[in-house]
Amino acid sequence: MGRRSLGLLFLLVVLVAVCLASIAIGSKEIPLSGVWHGLFTPTGAEDDVVIRELRIPRTVLGIAVGIALGVGGALMQGHTRNPLADPGILGVTHGAALAVVLSIFLLGVNSLVGYIWFAFAGAMIASVLVFLLGSAGRGGPSPVTLALAGAAVSALMNGLVSAIVLLDQQSLDAFRFWQVGAIAGRDLTVLTQVAPFLFAGLVIAAFNAPGLNAMSLGEDVAKSLGVDTGKTRTLGILAITLLVGGAVAACGPIGFLGLVVPHVARAFTGPDYRWILPYSALLGAILILFADIVGRVVARPSEVEVGVMLALIGAPFFIFLVRRKKLVKI
Amino acid sequence: MTTATKTPASPAAKAPALRLGAASFRLRRRPLLVVAVSLVVLAALLVVDIMIGDFPLTAAQVVDTLLGGGTRRDQFVVMELRMPRALTGLLVGGALGLSGAIFQAIVRNPLASPDILGVTWGAGAGAVSVITFAGSLGVVTGSAASIGVPLAGLAGGLFAGLLVYALAWRQGIEGFRMVLVGIGITAVAGNFTHYLLTVGDVQDAGRAMVWITGSLNGRGWEHVVPVALALAVLVPVALIGGHVLGALQFDDQTSRGLGIRVNVARSFLIVVAIVLASVATAAAGPIAFVALASPQIALRLSGTAQPPLFGSVVIGGALVMLSDLVARTIYRTELPVGVVTAVLGAPYLMFLLIRSRREARV
Repeated sequence: MGRRSLGLLFLLVVLVAVCLASIAIGSKEIPLSGVWHGLFTPTGAEDDVVIRELRIPRTVLGIAVGIALGVGGALMQGHTRNPLADPGILGVTHGAALAVVLSIFLLGVNSLVGYIWFAFAGAMIASVLVFLLGSAGRGGPSPVTLALAGAAVSALMNGLVSAIVLLDQQSLDAFRFWQVGAIAGRDLTVLTQVAPFLFAGLVIAAFNAPGLNAMSLGEDVAKSLGVDTGKTRTLGILAITLLVGGAVAACGPIGFLGLVVPHVARAFTGPDYRWILPYSALLGAILILFADIVGRVVARPSEVEVGVMLALIGAPFFIFLVRRKKLVKI
Repeated sequence: MTTATKTPASPAAKAPALRLGAASFRLRRRPLLVVAVSLVVLAALLVVDIMIGDFPLTAAQVVDTLLGGGTRRDQFVVMELRMPRALTGLLVGGALGLSGAIFQAIVRNPLASPDILGVTWGAGAGAVSVITFAGSLGVVTGSAASIGVPLAGLAGGLFAGLLVYALAWRQGIEGFRMVLVGIGITAVAGNFTHYLLTVGDVQDAGRAMVWITGSLNGRGWEHVVPVALALAVLVPVALIGGHVLGALQFDDQTSRGLGIRVNVARSFLIVVAIVLASVATAAAGPIAFVALASPQIALRLSGTAQPPLFGSVVIGGALVMLSDLVARTIYRTELPVGVVTAVLGAPYLMFLLIRSRREARV
């Protein structure tokens, strides 16, 4: 077994451990026997309900979103060849935000479940728009035009969101709860609605990895190796849109994770995307669950949002890693 | 220094050269033309910006008043209300544009801007701390709002920027590592700011939101002076120091081979860019998109290989001033200028992206 396979196995073990911890630890203290009881012989007692209705959905959602954002982020950085490209750079996050704000402002939609399809549609539209803009100049979609088109579209949509929110107090009030981005307080129907898209995104991503490897040598080299660069890029962007759009629709915008996880993965795997993608998936799930657990216990009895904890825990670790490791460039 | 005497085969040899003693510069026609045209446009915009408002003035009145004439009412409206605000926008936009151009050239990444390298959210964390804590303590009122908040913004921006620089230093400074460290520091400062927004009371949160979006509302001469001083010193410094940017776009060994002291040159320019962005952010808040878009727009207009420094200053200034004109006139209440910069700048950048005929570069 190679070093990288062992590492993957190790991450899998860590993920299982973090999952169990995520079920066992919370702002309400439940003894381990109670956790066992809730998992396997539930009777409907208060602790059982907490475990089955709150912590398990939250954990499963965390895993799904962590995987989606990790893989989406890795694909994004690969296709734009830009270390600054977070998975939202294609406009996905801000497109979803604009759609949600419009649904609140114009249609009076007012529930987290109600936002899902608006968010997903907004993410899709923004992503298609960026892709068309990025491919419009001569030479088709290049990393630089894609990144710039994404930044421009995101900024435009963000401006529109701020304008609506600043002018309409009621929209601000509803929107800020969506904008926080959390894996708590959502039941599993949220996940079942976006799961098909996340799954499709993961499958496409898996087939995208070899082509992405060739393309990171440069477009010309990839072409001479027989890779259809246009198709590879289009499929990659489709995968990113499905993964990140699904994640944003389910949980709202969760920043930082998709930006950082691929860099961490790359530090251990080297530049091979067939390894970066699974590493990113597992690291993403582990990191988001870990941050969520810490967020539950640092401010008992209240909780700190997972996004805040991700940055506070993740950033120092990330900077430490960046300073120590010999960097693998994109 | 680049020499003007190239081989006749080189297309660059067509460009005339400017010689000052030992130093010589090549003068390319198109960038110069862009600068000249945009300076004229800038002056016209300034006049138009001052004309429009609750008390409309004609262009003749504005020019007359600026030259010392006009009624007392005109004097008040122009010199006390509109001129300082317009100038703050102009200078802040210029500083952000220049800072973005330097960062993008050094990091060789079109997405690099003070927003990503820690400065913006560092300033945000500093200013919002003062707004939140001073507000909830109830101790500091007028003077804290007008002096304390910009000072805290300045300190926060400088601290975060220099922290990114220091943490990225590892036997030299290198763009890629600096970008990654910047992502980390930005995440911490940004989330700390969002956390502060939830801690304070609603009114403070509202004021903080406006500051974070970037606003020129109520900016007077006291905001113009510091930015003008910073620009007066740093623009010439950046333009002189920036002549090495062309050589820095190669990899480190090539740059060294061209006789550039890579680390010294990079460090110097980075510090200049950090100070510019911090001063601008302290004066008007972190106005979105200007530092990212202005260099890219200027680059596409002038057709150079790298973001032109002076062109970015001009485009940045024009973008912010025009956005503020829209922001204060489009709706019943005044919008923060940061809302409009992206809405105006983004479609223009998209248009340039679509139109561009050559393969895009940084």
